[in-house]
Amino acid sequence: MSPVLRPTLLPQNNGQTAMASPSRSIFRPKGGIDQSPLDEGRKLVADINRRNLLRGTVSLGALTMLTGCTVSDTDAVQTVLRAVSDFNDGVQALLFDPKKLAPTYSADQVVKPPRFNAYYEIEDVKPVDGASWKLELAGLVDNKAPWTAEQIYKLPEQELIVRHICVEGWDYIGQWSGPSLSDFLKRIGADTRARYIAFKCADGYTETLDMATALHPQTILATKYAGEAITDPFGFPLRLRTSTKLGFKNAKWITAMEVTNTFIPTFWSKQGFNWFAGL
Amino acid sequence: MTDPLTVKSTRRHRKLHPIAVRTMHWINAIAMIMLIGSGWKIYNDEVLFGWLHFPDWMTFGHWAQHGLQIHFAAMWLLFVNGLCYVFYGVYTGRFRRKLLPIWPAEIVANVRDALRFKLAHDDITHYNAVQKTLYVGIMLVIVLQVLSGLAIWKPVQFQELTALFFGFQGGRLAHFIGMAAIVGFLIVHVALALLVPKTIGAMITGGPDVPDEPGVAPHPASAE
Repeated sequence: MSPVLRPTLLPQNNGQTAMASPSRSIFRPKGGIDQSPLDEGRKLVADINRRNLLRGTVSLGALTMLTGCTVSDTDAVQTVLRAVSDFNDGVQALLFDPKKLAPTYSADQVVKPPRFNAYYEIEDVKPVDGASWKLELAGLVDNKAPWTAEQIYKLPEQELIVRHICVEGWDYIGQWSGPSLSDFLKRIGADTRARYIAFKCADGYTETLDMATALHPQTILATKYAGEAITDPFGFPLRLRTSTKLGFKNAKWITAMEVTNTFIPTFWSKQGFNWFAGL
Repeated sequence: MTDPLTVKSTRRHRKLHPIAVRTMHWINAIAMIMLIGSGWKIYNDEVLFGWLHFPDWMTFGHWAQHGLQIHFAAMWLLFVNGLCYVFYGVYTGRFRRKLLPIWPAEIVANVRDALRFKLAHDDITHYNAVQKTLYVGIMLVIVLQVLSGLAIWKPVQFQELTALFFGFQGGRLAHFIGMAAIVGFLIVHVALALLVPKTIGAMITGGPDVPDEPGVAPHPASAE
């Protein structure tokens, strides 16, 4: 296995593969995950899933008829509610002050490790191999040459100690650092008059940011948390961190970035969550 | 200007609850119920109190995103309708006429009468001091609820407001307490309306004619 590149280890610790291995993460069992219980339970799991699907379908139908509580996912109601959500995107863009900074905090308020969020559980995180990883660029960009992790680690870093606020209602203070996104966009010759920056992630997640947020002074491409390389569950090797959006907008394990005028629906906006999601 | 309290006039009559008031009352009721039911859905995703989860049948929205969609749609209904209501109440003098003044001694007397089951409610055109207090109080709670809602919706853009609620989690707690106060009001309000059913009829058909008061500039809303 090739050693995974990690920013803090680059200059002085090139040979220490033990330190640089992804299993260094406290979230990953040493020596890999024992697959035997999974094999034993596979048939049962499939069976339970089938039953749940059946039960879900039946109860969804029943609830729609019996109560008004599930009307929110019928087509006509969804059309109206999503139109209001689009309207709210516009209102939030108007409320967004590109110069207003989010409150920042001191290093002793930082929660370690950060709190995990994704559309699956932390056990299901598939680590990205930093050595073969590349950031692909597309769209309205002059220089589309892909970037390696090593190249990104050499860029000037900005530190951000800000509050992460999840759409669910929880929050924590995190300490992120990495190149400023607006500097990076200038470096690659991006057309910053374009409307969106779209991100693709190693786990299939997609996210789109409005340009105003991308250029905000507290929006970075984070490579470190609390001064050390971001660990696998939190987006190694590269993730987005912006102080002005809800947690889910901060794409992790970014593999591609596109500067575009075409709105690309995102993983969560397709499911009905508000797209702008500004704080 | 003539003191409206000392001059009696029967020149004009109008309904106890003009059509504008009735419309705004029921829009507010719909918006409030949508906000409460969807708010409970949102709350369930990250509870403030480990012992309190709202049962699914009490919540609006199938999944979290539907609860959020309903909440952030109904907020406009509440906000625009509420602005119209406040403007109407101040402009027509309805607030001053029906809700003021409130005398503490009268509140004490009302509570004493209520405990002895002697509280008069034959005349639904006149609010007693406890009713006035509750109506003024619930309006202030709703204003606070809008403020705490803004504080947790926009903790960066409106961070000064969020700071007044002691931060994001403080704002969530204030928003929850505001909800609890509104639900408490709703229970009392509906229970009392059911005890005196003609009040419900009045909020649908407009109720008895009441003399219009002079001292208020004539305009379409008060001239019905």
